[in-house]
Amino acid sequence: MMVEHRPVLTFVTHATLIMGALVLAFPIYVTFVASTHTLEEIAKSFPLLPGRHLIENYLQALTVGPQNVGATVGTMMLNSLVMALGITFGKITISLLAAFAIVYFRFRLRMVFFWMIFITLMLPVEVRILPTYKVAADLGMLDSRSGLIFPLIASATATFLFRQFFMTVPDELCEAHRIDGGSPMQFFFDILMPMSRTSIAALFVILFIYGWNQYLWPLLITSDEKYYTLLIGIKRMLDVGEGQAEWQIIMASTILAMLPPVLVVIFMQKQFVRGMTETEK
Amino acid sequence: MEKRVVFKNRILPYILVAPQIAITVVFFIWPASQALVQSFLQEDAFGTSSAFVWFDNFVGIFTSPEYLHSFHVTLVFSISVAGLALSVALLLAVMADRALRSATVYKTLIIWPYAVAPVVAGVLWYFLFNPTVGMMAFFLKKVGVNWNHTLNGTQAMTLVIIAAAWREVSYNFLFFLAGLQSIPHSFIEAAAIDGAGPWRRFWTIVFPLLSPTMFFLIVVNIVYAFFDTFGVIHALTRGGPYYATNILVYKVFNDGFINLDLGGSAAQSVVLMIVVITLTVVQFRFIERKVHY
Repeated sequence: MMVEHRPVLTFVTHATLIMGALVLAFPIYVTFVASTHTLEEIAKSFPLLPGRHLIENYLQALTVGPQNVGATVGTMMLNSLVMALGITFGKITISLLAAFAIVYFRFRLRMVFFWMIFITLMLPVEVRILPTYKVAADLGMLDSRSGLIFPLIASATATFLFRQFFMTVPDELCEAHRIDGGSPMQFFFDILMPMSRTSIAALFVILFIYGWNQYLWPLLITSDEKYYTLLIGIKRMLDVGEGQAEWQIIMASTILAMLPPVLVVIFMQKQFVRGMTETEK
Repeated sequence: MEKRVVFKNRILPYILVAPQIAITVVFFIWPASQALVQSFLQEDAFGTSSAFVWFDNFVGIFTSPEYLHSFHVTLVFSISVAGLALSVALLLAVMADRALRSATVYKTLIIWPYAVAPVVAGVLWYFLFNPTVGMMAFFLKKVGVNWNHTLNGTQAMTLVIIAAAWREVSYNFLFFLAGLQSIPHSFIEAAAIDGAGPWRRFWTIVFPLLSPTMFFLIVVNIVYAFFDTFGVIHALTRGGPYYATNILVYKVFNDGFINLDLGGSAAQSVVLMIVVITLTVVQFRFIERKVHY
């Protein structure tokens, strides 16, 4: 906020912000530029302006794929999309149900379950990778879609967000529904779900980004190219040993890997900001 | 907080929590307890038998120079990432808050790198600083810096810090801006009427009022640097050169999956769990304070 007129300070303000935005965007700009040139052009000089091979590079990435990966970027994008959407819908569904049970029912193990869910906050994949891998292997979930999705859909944050929201729903609604002789599940679908629309939308944005950007878990459980997600594929493209990395294809794939989550943030900014600030409370 | 009006049903609530609890038990609690058990066992070279060895694995990791080195690397890395990401974000947020009507435009321009995955952030910076095709590496050589992060540990560390902090700036910016915008205008005006300039107003009024946000973000940034930066390290340096960027999470992965040291890897997992639990408790205490503020 500004309380007095200071032209110099105003100039500094805008200059700093523009500089900041440019520095943040710079690596992505360079990547985009590289994705529109041939490998020779990239290796010879450092192009600063877009070249003429945009369509050619992206088409090659999407349909032919990089030499050393064995899957096209098109397939890998589809895998990433299935994983991201699976995680998003899975988390939202099981969290809505669990929060409904914990808020609207009194039952014996209620607090035990509440704490069990809370504990998941403290156990990120990174601290239990080996035993979780073993569980997935024992269940035959390696190299499968369910293996990419199920281990990642338990979420304390989403459950707590819905719990918090349900607590603010007026008791009169539930009371009236009971007097009318309605069942709990009717209450859930006809009243609670429509009321939670904005919370669900905010969570959808956050969880989609979370799901799309998963890396360590898919890296552990996929060895068959058929199930590679795009992020795994990009890392594989870089592992060429002594060979020459196909930078133009890698850069085109990198842009494609950023596109879905970045577009979601830009076009659903309101939900994104809401989701970010609410899930951290 | 409890609901006054509830439904009465004996079985339904159990059915409703069942999916969440099943996933939690199978993929969280069971593996975590396995890690705990495993951390007290020693397997022989063929993995056929194992013996209970008390705290030998823990003594082993805490007396191993590599582990202590990795701990040190992790501390340097996370403090630098948090410091860099917080200070840049605070500067930008204070400026965006001053920019009034254009604040929304700047907000869009600054928050979107958060959507970029850590491993992709690693790839972006890897390309820029690549010793053979990287523009920045070339530029640095022009001005006399011999850049090669595949050989120079300090340069590798600098690069992973920048790549990890880059996307976290957006996150911090969002929270700082929200914090700044919630400070009552009248406080600032009163100070301005009393003759305090922008610099003085920032340090005596704005910054103290922002401290709950600051504390919260410090914890979140440390957690991020500790646990969510695996992709950055894996894409940029693979912990090298000579373990210069071998952070704890990367070491657990490496010891467990590449070197197949089960007991040692499990003991490291348990230590990391203690770190997350501590940080989560600290975080919840600060949020408590934020609510009562």
